[in-house]
Amino acid sequence: MIRVPARYFKSSASRRSILKGLGAAAIGISLAPTKYSAWAAEEPKLNFYNWDTYIGEETLPSFTEATGIDVNMSLFATNDELFAKLRAGNPGYDVICPGSEFVERMIQANLLEPLDHSKIPNIKNISPQFMTDAPFDPGRKYSLPYTWLVIGIGYRKSKVDGVPDSWKWMFDSDKYKGKITVVADASELFRICFKYLGGSINDASTELLQKAEAMLTKQKPYIKAFHEDNGQDLLLSGEVDLAMEYNGDIAQIMTEDDDVDFVVPKEGSMLQQDTLAIPKGAPHPENALKFINFIFEPEVGAEITKTILFPSPNAAAVALMPEDYRNNPVIFPPADIMAKCEYPNYLGPEFSRLLEEAMTRLRAS
Amino acid sequence: MASQKQERRLTFLATALPPIGWVVVFFLAPLAIVWAYSFGQNVSLTEVDISGTFANYARALQPLYLGIFLKSIFIAALTTLLCLIIGFPVALAIVFAEERWRPWLLLLVMLPFWTNLLIRTYALIAVLRTNGFANFTLEWLWDQGSWLMTLVGLEPLGEFTPMQLLYNNFAVVFGLVYVHLPFMVLPLYAALDRIDKSLMEASLDLGAGHLRTLFSIVVPLALPGIISGIIITFVPALGAYLTPDLLGGPDSQMIANVIERQFKRANDWPFGAALSFLLMYATFAVIALRAYLARGKSADGHGI
Repeated sequence: MIRVPARYFKSSASRRSILKGLGAAAIGISLAPTKYSAWAAEEPKLNFYNWDTYIGEETLPSFTEATGIDVNMSLFATNDELFAKLRAGNPGYDVICPGSEFVERMIQANLLEPLDHSKIPNIKNISPQFMTDAPFDPGRKYSLPYTWLVIGIGYRKSKVDGVPDSWKWMFDSDKYKGKITVVADASELFRICFKYLGGSINDASTELLQKAEAMLTKQKPYIKAFHEDNGQDLLLSGEVDLAMEYNGDIAQIMTEDDDVDFVVPKEGSMLQQDTLAIPKGAPHPENALKFINFIFEPEVGAEITKTILFPSPNAAAVALMPEDYRNNPVIFPPADIMAKCEYPNYLGPEFSRLLEEAMTRLRAS
Repeated sequence: MASQKQERRLTFLATALPPIGWVVVFFLAPLAIVWAYSFGQNVSLTEVDISGTFANYARALQPLYLGIFLKSIFIAALTTLLCLIIGFPVALAIVFAEERWRPWLLLLVMLPFWTNLLIRTYALIAVLRTNGFANFTLEWLWDQGSWLMTLVGLEPLGEFTPMQLLYNNFAVVFGLVYVHLPFMVLPLYAALDRIDKSLMEASLDLGAGHLRTLFSIVVPLALPGIISGIIITFVPALGAYLTPDLLGGPDSQMIANVIERQFKRANDWPFGAALSFLLMYATFAVIALRAYLARGKSADGHGI
């Protein structure tokens, strides 16, 4: 049975709704969520949409063993890809893993199902600060923290003078020319430049944006590549000596290469969370709640953390981790630096467009 | 008579309807939706209002985006030219190869198609990067050269500095030529294979040299194949996005990369749709030019 989501037809036949109907017909034929509402219980299946290398090796099989629910995991590479997939109607995912900025966007766009906290008793394992300090989802009505991450500089110790603990070396200096890679994401790149220029990540001022663009245009000849979340590979293969990357990504390659280290620059940086959420129109919402609750079991969280090495907000899981994880300054940067880091708010469509245009100009210059 | 005609029409419908239906449902309808989007504007994060505005096209025709279009056309044209220069001798060699070798040589040309483009591109990264196979080979040759220099009593060559082969425009053109070469070789081979070889022999017998025979006899006779090869190389190269994304440097963005960002990161589908359609119009223009040239040829009476 195929059911096109009711929201395509709810308004009267304006041009827009007809077009959206067409869009649903074109895009949704095989993808429209099927809902077996006539069935007493949900079929034992779950569709999980996750990042690559972002789950423990044993996590999914042990969930299937514990509950009898088969998990089908598909992968996405960027939050934009996730959003683009869901904005035309949920193609059948039950649990997704959006970044914090996108949680805010998806709440605004009415794409997320509220979470019934009473069905996720393991919420008690989450460190309280992550439940309260979440400006993108007040009260955590729609999302729960899966990992948290901070962007910093991964560097090759033998090729760099001391610790490159300032964004200056990435954005405003020719000292490491041809040996630098920065992120290709316009929002992350420009808003961290705001931080270096003394502003806030959440400054939506065009003046600051112009300053950042001018600075990066000047810096561009010294930049080797704008990378798509694979800065750690460029660093590992010796292509660059400094890479703007997430702490967890650098922690992963530090297990392979002793000569690599990571620092969060003294100006502060951007914090993110990857979260677990249930998209509207999920075919198996009950299974989704069971799955989310399972992820927050202490042993399960520890197993995931051992594999992916990203900082976990699951306090009970962290307690089970060995000491060299708990005291790893890459995974848990010093508190005084972390105090200068901020979560990004969604700054609205107009500013997003300006950021994107600045990026296109920067790349074309 | 009438029933026979009717029967023929039914046969036609029975065979033509499925492909026509396929084209309408999976090609024309989605394309029409994207086309409609290009006249719309974002009203919320997920809704587009088709208001009939031309603002997206006006924005797409700004110098910033026109410059990126021009750069993409230049890179695609350079790729096509290099493919032609490399592909023509290859196709010629296959045509003149021994009969039993020909299928194998053609197979070698087509072999890369059997591997996914993404995997081939990552393989190229492994070859071209600073610590890659190309630089390893160069370093080995450099060391041998250095050793030879000391052998004859000269100063050694000094330290080897790896060549920067990746993350620049060179890498983009290299990758595009590598990917698109089969598109050029196959139509060239088909055209060259059809040429009556006795014409070339006649040309050589009558005193023309090999080069003159090539340019006065072979090239004009193979012209339709050359034009087909140019078009089916140029069109996909113009829309390339994976290659500049993975092999390119800070300034290697092509128009398809900008379009991709509109649909994903910028969440601006109307503008992305307008850019896509401008790219498509450019493609139509190239194909129309070919049709026009072909018509001119047959009107002259030199139709091929």
